[in-house]
Amino acid sequence: MATAAAPADLDTRVHYLNADYGIKSWLLTTDHKRIAILYLVAITFFFLLGGIAAVLIRINLIQPNGALVEPAAYNKLFSMHGIIMIFLFLIPSIPAVLGNFLVPMMIGARDLAFPRLNLLSWYLLMAGGILILYAVIWGGVDTGWTFYTPLSTTYLNTNVMSAALGVFVAGFSSILTGLNFIVTIHKMRAPGMTWFRMPLFLWAIYATSIIQILGTPVLAITLVLVALERLFHVGVFDPAVGGDPILFQHLFWFYSHPAVYIMILPSMGVMSELVTCFARKRIFGYSFVAFSSVAIAVISFLVWGHHMYVSGQSIYASIIFSALSFAVAIPSAIKVFNWTATLYKGSVSYQAPMLYALGFIGLFTMGGLTGLFLATLAVDGHVHDTYFVVGHFHYIMVGGALMGYLGGIHFWWPKITGRLYPDGWARLAAAIIFIGFNLTFFPQYMLGYLGMPRRYAIYPPEFQVLNVMSSAGASVLAVGYLIPLIYLIWSMRYGPVAGPNPWGAKGLEWETASPPITENFEHTPVVTEEAYAYDE
Amino acid sequence: MLQGIPFRPEQASTIARGVDHLYYFLTAIDLFFTAVIFLTIFYFALRYRRRSEQDRATRIEGNIPLEIMWTAIPLGLVIIVFLWGTNLFIQNSRPPAAATEIFVVGKQWMWKIQHPEGLMEINELHVPVNRPIKLTMTSEDVIHDFSIPAFRVKKDVVPGMYTTLWFQATQTGKFHLFCDQYCGTNHALMKGYVMVMEPIEYEQWVSGGVRGESMAQAGAKLYDQLACITCHGTGKAPPLLGIYGKRVNLSDGTTVVADDAYLRESIIYPSAKIVAGFPPIMPTYKGQVTEEQLLQLIAYIKSLSREEGKAPK
Repeated sequence: MATAAAPADLDTRVHYLNADYGIKSWLLTTDHKRIAILYLVAITFFFLLGGIAAVLIRINLIQPNGALVEPAAYNKLFSMHGIIMIFLFLIPSIPAVLGNFLVPMMIGARDLAFPRLNLLSWYLLMAGGILILYAVIWGGVDTGWTFYTPLSTTYLNTNVMSAALGVFVAGFSSILTGLNFIVTIHKMRAPGMTWFRMPLFLWAIYATSIIQILGTPVLAITLVLVALERLFHVGVFDPAVGGDPILFQHLFWFYSHPAVYIMILPSMGVMSELVTCFARKRIFGYSFVAFSSVAIAVISFLVWGHHMYVSGQSIYASIIFSALSFAVAIPSAIKVFNWTATLYKGSVSYQAPMLYALGFIGLFTMGGLTGLFLATLAVDGHVHDTYFVVGHFHYIMVGGALMGYLGGIHFWWPKITGRLYPDGWARLAAAIIFIGFNLTFFPQYMLGYLGMPRRYAIYPPEFQVLNVMSSAGASVLAVGYLIPLIYLIWSMRYGPVAGPNPWGAKGLEWETASPPITENFEHTPVVTEEAYAYDE
Repeated sequence: MLQGIPFRPEQASTIARGVDHLYYFLTAIDLFFTAVIFLTIFYFALRYRRRSEQDRATRIEGNIPLEIMWTAIPLGLVIIVFLWGTNLFIQNSRPPAAATEIFVVGKQWMWKIQHPEGLMEINELHVPVNRPIKLTMTSEDVIHDFSIPAFRVKKDVVPGMYTTLWFQATQTGKFHLFCDQYCGTNHALMKGYVMVMEPIEYEQWVSGGVRGESMAQAGAKLYDQLACITCHGTGKAPPLLGIYGKRVNLSDGTTVVADDAYLRESIIYPSAKIVAGFPPIMPTYKGQVTEEQLLQLIAYIKSLSREEGKAPK
């Protein structure tokens, strides 16, 4: 495996990892690559915490009357799982880790437009994370990640305020990161890097940034209103004092539906990079893939009411939201077809990142198609708020977003660390995750159709077999997630030296050393060709 | 082992079958596209696998007719699903005029159900088979959701407003009733059963139950106790006789139909909508009447319309 000379090879030259030493050089860095590493460490920690909650949830559901904890504790577990996984892991995952590392490198820039703002964004996420952890440890929080009123404002005595404040603060991290990316992509592209020569990852990150900037402030306002209502009973949401609880849902989903696309769009961007590289081929239909990202970003703001078909909102509103929700399926379908077509007459190889990519396409397809059930008014009237919904959004957020994140991490790991991980182990992990994922979440579709409500600590015994299957699958999935953690950490010290471009990939980030120098490039690159010119 | 896994919930209402047909159609679409994507990927993966490092891909930048095709076909399919689902949804949202009304009040963590005859039950709902039933629902505290999977119906139960749900059971038996909207600590315990009975058994159950007065009678009593008559019976305030379901002219020139929601609002927030020609003198009864009592008052006002003024005593 690793040659004894390997560490020497990397250390003989100065790069961003060894340019400076000491804890201060990391915590006060303004280098986008180092900040990406800070994010990577932080969100891995949050992922493990959210994962522990998931494991406890699945253990509890092995028995109909709860194998582990009382309902009150169970409610805190699923709230913790949701809040941590969404606000502290999935939202920052690809944008803050891979986006931070890659946006400047892919456009041939030295750093992001606002490096210090970038560091501030990380500290805001940390501050939000600490507040949320404080809420979890100190009294817990049992609102669910949705904070529905008047439950959250009037009826719960848990630590709702700290959790809401944590999400509020973490939101600003997201807003500032989006702002940074938009300005960087507009102003700092290298000579010759026109919009239509940009890698599709950047189109996806750009579309995501727009959602982050436009959507997140609405979440912030909503949480402020929740706090005011809790503290002073101002009567915005609580009908007991003249408020409207449905108003909260409109405001919450106005952010939180587009937030789904904050999680999935960047993964779609990663897909376009992986599929082209490992098929050694141009993307099929570049402009269709690019504009479908923008279309998704725009339409995503107009579909929030599909979370509210059974809430008592006007049936005419529901009909319009249903039509718009079907509309958002089209650009997603276009992407899947174009990635598939990219394989046609390619030269396809199957290293670990490509396995994650193919896994993503499969799971995202299944998750997207089951979304059609939920967009359909009459069918949603049966499966709404059941495990069908839980299955659906895990296929999108875990099968989609998380698979994409892992694929991206495996793809750019040699660039980030300068070293290769063992491909065999990585492929094994990808396979275990794909299988474990389906074992965990497919039974949940069936449970939902049978009518099992979500967020139930205790359930009727006839649902037990499917719940045990799901929990068994979750244990496979957990193993699948732990394997990469081990070999990736191992590779940082013992992995073979990767060289600048181990995959033979196109794109500016592969034209500089691995790991890159602090300035990214020795000279500002000049771009003379389109993205994915694998056939030149 | 597979024998232990049910694949379909019981189809026990007139709505269930239609929902299931659309569900199967969607499942077929899902299976078809999943198969197309998976098989195509597997085929390409084998056919175009890299055989040597010298392998070169063919330069293909895209294909407009293909793009149009795979935009148009999914678009056509989702339009069909949208129209089908919406049409069914509109049908399923409209209770038949002849439906028997039953009232549901949710509170943490129980369902309180009132039959028009006055019978009250908790976490159980007895209904006759093959009769349309309309539920008028509200909550005393947080948002709940009244869900009967075997009937394929559910609706949120929201404090401060009435929501409605209707169904017609097609088979007798005992079916799950769940709260589907997370409502706090014992959310998972807020469940019960719908008991569907033959009409004759139902009549026996209704007459044999511990019954007080009917809802309208209880409402009439409240009407006296709260001294509503001092204004509504003397011309100081709008007369309530025959008002239910009628259009009411408001002082701001608009009109409103006097339905459950309007009557509820007028009792709790009298100043929200002022009837044209009357001074806004009514005090609020917020906090003085429970959700059940509100439903009884409304039932009484409704009975005034049916019986043209004959006080139901």
